[in-house]
Amino acid sequence: MTAFQIILMGLLIICAISVSFSKNLLNSVLIYMSFSLVMSLLWICLESPDLAITEAAVGAGITSVLFFVTLKKIHAINVAEKAEEKKDE
Amino acid sequence: MSKKRPSEEYHKTFAYHFFRWLSGEKDPYLGNLEMKPQPEYKTDSALQLRHEKEHDAILDKVYDTEHNKVLKLFHRLYHATSILFCLFLMALLLVTISHLPATGAAQKPVNNEVAGRYIEKGLEETGAVNIVAGMILDYRAFDTLGESHVLFVATITVLILLRLDKNKKGELSSLAKDMNPNDRVYEPKNDAILQLVATFLVPIIIIFGIYIILNGHLGPGGGFSGGAVIGAGLILYLNAFGFQKTERFFTEKTYKWICFFSLSFYCLAKSYSFFTGANHLHSIIPKGTPGAILSGGLILPLNIAVGLVVACTMYAFYAMFRKGGF
Repeated sequence: MTAFQIILMGLLIICAISVSFSKNLLNSVLIYMSFSLVMSLLWICLESPDLAITEAAVGAGITSVLFFVTLKKIHAINVAEKAEEKKDE
Repeated sequence: MSKKRPSEEYHKTFAYHFFRWLSGEKDPYLGNLEMKPQPEYKTDSALQLRHEKEHDAILDKVYDTEHNKVLKLFHRLYHATSILFCLFLMALLLVTISHLPATGAAQKPVNNEVAGRYIEKGLEETGAVNIVAGMILDYRAFDTLGESHVLFVATITVLILLRLDKNKKGELSSLAKDMNPNDRVYEPKNDAILQLVATFLVPIIIIFGIYIILNGHLGPGGGFSGGAVIGAGLILYLNAFGFQKTERFFTEKTYKWICFFSLSFYCLAKSYSFFTGANHLHSIIPKGTPGAILSGGLILPLNIAVGLVVACTMYAFYAMFRKGGF
């Protein structure tokens, strides 16, 4: 195991912990996205490029996009902006 | 034969009144019975205040953590047991992992004759340079067929949950009327940067996806990953240019027919292959030269079928999340 892989694994653990401690839903989805990207790099290091392609397309791409659409539908993305507007009023 | 009575006489009979009452044409109490006028319901503000006070008092007593010793003890025990349980679970998993054989060890149960046969005779028997493709689409094609159907069933379930359907008279339901039909009011319309980037990127992404699908038996990739890449490209195109442009080439009908034809082609082709190629019978589909695009027997058409299903499914998921239909 090279130093690069160890750094990637450390990033994975940091991502996994920070997802559960993040209060903002949008931030959680973005961290989840970066988790998938790091994971796809790890798949390349583990010599399985086909899994890396799938992980990058499905994990980082489509799943997060579906999360974003759901957050927009339940009006969870603009919560911070709305709170600031209320303060201004 | 029954005698026909004149209507005036019939109106006096019991049967006429009974059936009229049964069918609900006439309410026998209406006009015949005096109804007592109901007093208007008034909320007693003093009583309501007292109820609220009692409710608050109960809550205060229940959540009075400083004086309630039992509750305090329970909270401490709860935290302690949860931490202990997590530590126990971590220790259990770590101990289990430490007892697993090392990666690539010779005495590992995975290293049996099956893997050896795949590696030694895979190229010869399936004609695919990529052993993984040869495995999932030739030796274990039945499993892959099941996976495609799982994906298809998942889309159908999402369709049932999210689709905003018309009722029998052809009217949209009240939920659909409340929603904006194409959901583009909330976004910056016709974003120039996004559109320019999409014009450059979408063809490259889709060509890359097609390359992955067509080279599934030669290099890394295959139907699922290539289909996912194409689906992501379609979603980018949809985000940049809106539903009006994508609906010109992709509607619900297209989705249905593509899925139907791909899955049934997979079923028929693979059952044919099982009948002719299984049990050491010779399959009549030529294997071709290993390394050429047209090689590997059925693997290339099966990859194309899986890729079509996956790409359409990804796009359909996104469209249904966005506006509940295509």
